[in-house]
Amino acid sequence: MSRVRADEEEYWHSSKFRAFTFDDEDDELSQLKESKRAVNSLRDIVDDDDDDLERVSWSGEPVGSISWSIKETVSGSTGSLDGRDSSLQKGSSSYAALPKQASSYSLSSLFKGRNKLSSFQSLSDALTDTGVKSYAPELRRPKAEYKDYSSDWSPKDTVRRMQRGKVCSLERFRSLQDKLVLLDEAVAGHDGNVITAVLIFLKRTLRREILFRELEVRQVALCHLIHFLRETGEQKFLLDLLRTHCFFPLSLQLSQYREHLNIQDVEKRREFLKGCIGLPFSAEDTSHIQDHYTLLERQIIIEANDRHLEMAGQSELFRKYPRKASILNMPLVTTLFYSCFYHYTEAEGMFSSPTNLKKTFKIPDKQYVLTALAARAKLRAWGDVDALLTTKNWLGYTKKKAPIGFHRVVEILQRNNAPVQVLQEYVRLVEDVETRLNLATKYKCHDVVIETYRDLKDRIQLTAYKSKVERGSAEEEKIHSILSNMVRNAYS
Amino acid sequence: EHEVEKMFTLKPGRLPPADVKNIIFFVRPKLELMDIITDNVLREDRGRSPQRDFHILFVPRRSLLCEQWLKEQGVLGSFIHREQYSLDLIPFDGDLLSMESESAFKECYLESDQTSLYHAAKGLMTLQALYGTIPQIFGKGDCARHVANMMIRMKREFPGSQNSIFPVFDTLLLLDRNVDLLTPLATQLTYEGLIDEIYGIQNTYVKLPPEKFAPKKQGEGGKDLPTEPKKLQLNSAEELYAEIRDKNFNAVGSVLSKKAKIISAAFEERHHAKTVGEIKQFVSQLPHMQAARSSLANHTSIAELIKDITTSEDFFDNLTVEQEFMSGIDTDKVNNYIEDCIAQKHPLIKILRLVCLQSVCNSGLKQKVLDHYKREILQTYGYEHILTLNNLEKAGLLKPQTGGRNNYPTIRKTLRLWMDDVNEQNPNDISYVYSGYAPLSVRLAQLLARPGWRSIEEVLKMLPGPHFEERQQLPTGLQKKRQQGENRVTLVFFLGGVTYAEIAALRFLSQMEDGGTEYIIATTKLINGTTWIKSLMEKLEPAPF
Repeated sequence: MSRVRADEEEYWHSSKFRAFTFDDEDDELSQLKESKRAVNSLRDIVDDDDDDLERVSWSGEPVGSISWSIKETVSGSTGSLDGRDSSLQKGSSSYAALPKQASSYSLSSLFKGRNKLSSFQSLSDALTDTGVKSYAPELRRPKAEYKDYSSDWSPKDTVRRMQRGKVCSLERFRSLQDKLVLLDEAVAGHDGNVITAVLIFLKRTLRREILFRELEVRQVALCHLIHFLRETGEQKFLLDLLRTHCFFPLSLQLSQYREHLNIQDVEKRREFLKGCIGLPFSAEDTSHIQDHYTLLERQIIIEANDRHLEMAGQSELFRKYPRKASILNMPLVTTLFYSCFYHYTEAEGMFSSPTNLKKTFKIPDKQYVLTALAARAKLRAWGDVDALLTTKNWLGYTKKKAPIGFHRVVEILQRNNAPVQVLQEYVRLVEDVETRLNLATKYKCHDVVIETYRDLKDRIQLTAYKSKVERGSAEEEKIHSILSNMVRNAYS
Repeated sequence: EHEVEKMFTLKPGRLPPADVKNIIFFVRPKLELMDIITDNVLREDRGRSPQRDFHILFVPRRSLLCEQWLKEQGVLGSFIHREQYSLDLIPFDGDLLSMESESAFKECYLESDQTSLYHAAKGLMTLQALYGTIPQIFGKGDCARHVANMMIRMKREFPGSQNSIFPVFDTLLLLDRNVDLLTPLATQLTYEGLIDEIYGIQNTYVKLPPEKFAPKKQGEGGKDLPTEPKKLQLNSAEELYAEIRDKNFNAVGSVLSKKAKIISAAFEERHHAKTVGEIKQFVSQLPHMQAARSSLANHTSIAELIKDITTSEDFFDNLTVEQEFMSGIDTDKVNNYIEDCIAQKHPLIKILRLVCLQSVCNSGLKQKVLDHYKREILQTYGYEHILTLNNLEKAGLLKPQTGGRNNYPTIRKTLRLWMDDVNEQNPNDISYVYSGYAPLSVRLAQLLARPGWRSIEEVLKMLPGPHFEERQQLPTGLQKKRQQGENRVTLVFFLGGVTYAEIAALRFLSQMEDGGTEYIIATTKLINGTTWIKSLMEKLEPAPF
């Protein structure tokens, strides 16, 4: 307990001392505001933070005044003791600093959040605060006595106090050395709140180059700063940070790339992506980002063109199937689908032609066939489907080939309500007999089922299947003839 | 009690009217919430009388960033009180505590921000203040090490915290989520786990599609079918739920039908009641029976809903692939099912779960396989997902294999992570929670209790982060003299989240007759694969302002 107590004493002493030195306005102010709130918290009606001169009338308030006791009841816990200390001290000594409030304190006010006395429900706080009680009266000793204590307050103690949510002046740490020790202590404490507070202090008091240089070897602190800058939207500072340090971890380059998501205007977004290409990403990522840029560039051209076409109303395709949404910012595969849908027949030279997309982005065959198939099937262009799956060898023979497997072809066609004649052609091509039978049965491709059973010489199944086909239909006829053929063959 | 007029949920726009003087915002310190509050405050009618006073309470801590934000919006001065409510660990059930900080994993592993660990340590200090100093601390992983260090330092810094409470916990086990990245990726197969996977349990509540819960009474007709999702609370206070929550889903059906028989038999008893005394006794049991019946009806409906999904072809295919990966089959080549799912544009999270699972089960993917997956994902779902992929890589979930060595088979065999003969109805091993896969994290806890970690040193070295043991001295008067047959109590703290299936596995261990250890579970957040991956994904919608 004694140790904590010593800390407390040092703390108040040092702050008192500082109240008479006038050398750090920002911090002074934050402390003043601090105590003021503690005393006067229930009447803190402020609309503009800059008119502080108005608000300082509090300082003469006698300890134990009504507002003070209100505060006492509101906090309702041992915690308010701390508040009393601060008001005691301020009330007695420190308004000498008041006329100095012209300076801006936007940054220091950052700290006041931390500084403010808070409720003390956590264990550690409750423990320290019982300690305060016993020596509170001593605080009123003449301040001169404590002058020499003020610098004893080590970075470690400072950090520890800040973790507990107490008032702390960081301005005391003047040398770079001290500041860095403070930062390292904060990082060692793992409390993001404190680390951020220290970083804000450093950001304000150090030259950028020095700050950046030091952060290089302090990755944890660096991450916190980046996070802070991102949260508060200080893009410029963040970009400077990223630019000056190309050798930062690669993920930081990505964090700049991420910014494109916040750009609504496509042209600007495109420009931004172009800028990203030059950043030192890994080879892998660079190619993806390059592709992203190229894709958006294409989409802008296609969009302008197609919007025009659609508006003119001359293209039958656009009239019949109006576009549901703009193609801008869609994924590559969606774009490919779109181009297979609206621009299938275009020559390879056109930006919007599917073959051009396929070449530019090195889309694998499988992916291409799948997408094109879905698009053409949706348009019920069965001829295109046929052509897509037909390959010619060098002798001029044609052969049906599907890199995705014919069962998938059938699935896609079926989903688009292809007629049985079309479907059956591809079901027939499914290699695995089991799957072929299943699909054929499911989609009622009778011919395929019958032929498959015939090839399997499965009389029983074939006879059973007779009940599935319509009476007197061509299929029934076929089954009959096969069955009788089989019998004949069996006896011959 | 405290004269609270009304409670509102936070949403943008004007505050709902209420004739009150004080309005208290009770919030997590997050910037997006600050924007909502700013909006609320700015739209407040200045002219009204009496003017309303605003207060803000941050949970669990005040953040200067948030206050700075409020200040920049010009509303900070409107708050008369800005305080914090240090609520670190929130009790979810008799044996479960959670910090409900969903971003903890992301912060620790992606942003190197260990504030949540600081809160975890504080929460543990509070816990020790209430339940006594925990004499033994074990841990595995970097975050675990940090938390233990912080606890020890906090203790040293507040010597007064030495309390005289007889310790309830014998052991604290701190486990990093990144020690076991595999478990949350797999689909949980316990009843509660499946409810969470399919519908998402939030703060012990689940919202279900209403169709199955339509009132079956006559006369109410079909015209007003409920359209609001049905909201149910799920915790151990409900007798039936306590019994079935941790069972494998395949074992739930038989319990439900058994219960149904018992309840209808109980209702039948009224025919046998002859004397006034007997009738009185029957009537006195009625409320309990009614409750049991409605609880049974609810869970039968939920089970039906889940069954529809678990019997679907896609669920089965997905599970087959998962189980193949976990048992070490074909983890080193591009998987056809995953490719098909990408081609059919299944939800991205599902793809990511599978790809990550494959990567973890292969100690990283071959560069060619990884590049292939990445390319397919980016081309199909959009290049901006490169950010998400990068996050997953950073978290170690998706990575290229380095050194060409696959450690997973060794880990799997030593820790017996895959059990071929799993008994779902009457389990004899924790692997029942994933129908074959025994969660690595829980296996570590189990082996720690018996025979101790010394037996698995080699495997522990293969898992990331240090493993350690610390002792906290107890005053002699408080040292426990163990009775014969008395169970030890271990608090397992999952840093970075825990799944319901893991909880079920630990509860199973607690209930084992010869186990000798009871487990209490604490975590930063209750997760499942989907919510977990989601927390690691970049938010791709542009900010609304």
